[in-house]
Amino acid sequence: MGNFFTNLDRRWIFLGMAVVVAIPMLQGLSFPEEPSEMVRDVFKAVDELPDGSNILMAYDYDPATKGELEPMAATFTRHCAKKKHKLYFITLWPAAVPMLRQNIDILENEFGNDYTYGENYVNLGFRPGSEGVIKVVVTDLKDLFANDVNGEALQDIPMTRNIKNIQQMDLIVNVSAGTPGAKEWVQYAASKYQIKMVAGVTGVGAPALYPYVPNQLTGLLGAIKAAAEYEQAVSEAYPEFNDNPATKEALRRMGPQLIAHLYIVALIILGNVIHFTEKKRGVPR
Amino acid sequence: MKRTIPLLIAAATGFMLILSEFIPLTQSWGRKVMIWFDILAAFAFVLGGANLLKIHLQKISNRRVGWGYSVITVVAFTITMVIGLGKFGVTPSEAFPDFAWSGDYLQEGSGFDWMYQHIYLPLASTMFALLAFYIASAAFRAFRAKNTEAIILLTTAFIVLLGRTYAGIWLTAEPLAWLGQNLFGDAQALAMFRLDVIVDNIMSIFNMAGNRAIMIGIALGIVALSLKVLLGVDRSYLGSEE
Repeated sequence: MGNFFTNLDRRWIFLGMAVVVAIPMLQGLSFPEEPSEMVRDVFKAVDELPDGSNILMAYDYDPATKGELEPMAATFTRHCAKKKHKLYFITLWPAAVPMLRQNIDILENEFGNDYTYGENYVNLGFRPGSEGVIKVVVTDLKDLFANDVNGEALQDIPMTRNIKNIQQMDLIVNVSAGTPGAKEWVQYAASKYQIKMVAGVTGVGAPALYPYVPNQLTGLLGAIKAAAEYEQAVSEAYPEFNDNPATKEALRRMGPQLIAHLYIVALIILGNVIHFTEKKRGVPR
Repeated sequence: MKRTIPLLIAAATGFMLILSEFIPLTQSWGRKVMIWFDILAAFAFVLGGANLLKIHLQKISNRRVGWGYSVITVVAFTITMVIGLGKFGVTPSEAFPDFAWSGDYLQEGSGFDWMYQHIYLPLASTMFALLAFYIASAAFRAFRAKNTEAIILLTTAFIVLLGRTYAGIWLTAEPLAWLGQNLFGDAQALAMFRLDVIVDNIMSIFNMAGNRAIMIGIALGIVALSLKVLLGVDRSYLGSEE
């Protein structure tokens, strides 16, 4: 038996991971979450703004990180829509254009009666140039965005007609999977022009953004765990969301995540037991 | 001349951007330079595409190792570009109904959208999801408590792995509340030892301190390197002398 574990083929480990993720997923296993202080700060940043505030929804992620970031992007969209904020969707990632559309579908399908394109939300789409785009739009939006994704001039759209630049935004909400993303929005827009900003990022991206909290970033959501806590905070404040299963997407994903983490902990312990057993027996490694 | 002109352009542009940060009179110049940059960035996509084709066609032509993958790359690139630029399946936009190509190339139901939803999205998600399997394998093989540093890393990993899920609350919240109530008469007295609270402290104290130090170091490095580039001391970004 000991020999089996010592020379364990990694395909068994892969199979184990597939099983521990699949079972809770198929069973629909989920756990309650307690919103942390940081998540409450993000919630308050959106919730305490007066209804109808201008919010820049900068969604910079692609299909690779969709699994981790889409639930928090969707929750941001729903939360902002509940507060009747005016939403300006924008992205610095070419592959993120359909991600913007998915969030706009949420507005159309769930808030269709209250939300009209051009009056309550607008899709500015993608422009190449990474942080160069941020540096321009903070001083003059229409220098780079003459029109929206449908080719309609911003001058003809009611909610963008009087927008000179993004310094007129009351909040920047950024969901980011890397560069360009949250760091660039903080450095070139939020810090320089004192625009309030919250961000949602991947688990690996979060540690590098902590130094910006709380002065340059009001709050930060790191990984699916924080997304689940944010969903919890939003559904506690707006119980009507509880009827919509799509608002529990991150909470649903925390079930497989917990079991997968326990599996990794078990593997580390097993690996160390083997290591120390071999060391005791004097087996050369 | 081939190297001098790019050097001068880089230096002039760089110093212009620095000046525009400090002298209000030059702010509009700085903005103009950034717009040039954004326009050039759009052209970079074309150059990038051309470069990708050149490299892979050369590889196919020379029958180098793995040329079969290059064939797949070139075919996939060409099909994607033709469908995207040709706007197959795109209906004209409401603003310009008389212009056949006025619709968005990513319009729902268009050819490009179909490829994005049914090919790119599942492939990209699968690649990212594979990480879970490799992390599990690496955790078993490489995460060994060989010395003090490794033990600290291992302990932190355990705390973060458990504290970033409901397991952290489930394992520590109730027992610590009970202990705090019985020992100190306050259920919250030992709350600081809850795994989820320890994770928050690790992230916002130890991680933040480390990251701040790294960021300051990087920023100083960027200042030094930028100066070298702008003054023409470092010319490596121009490629080789050939």
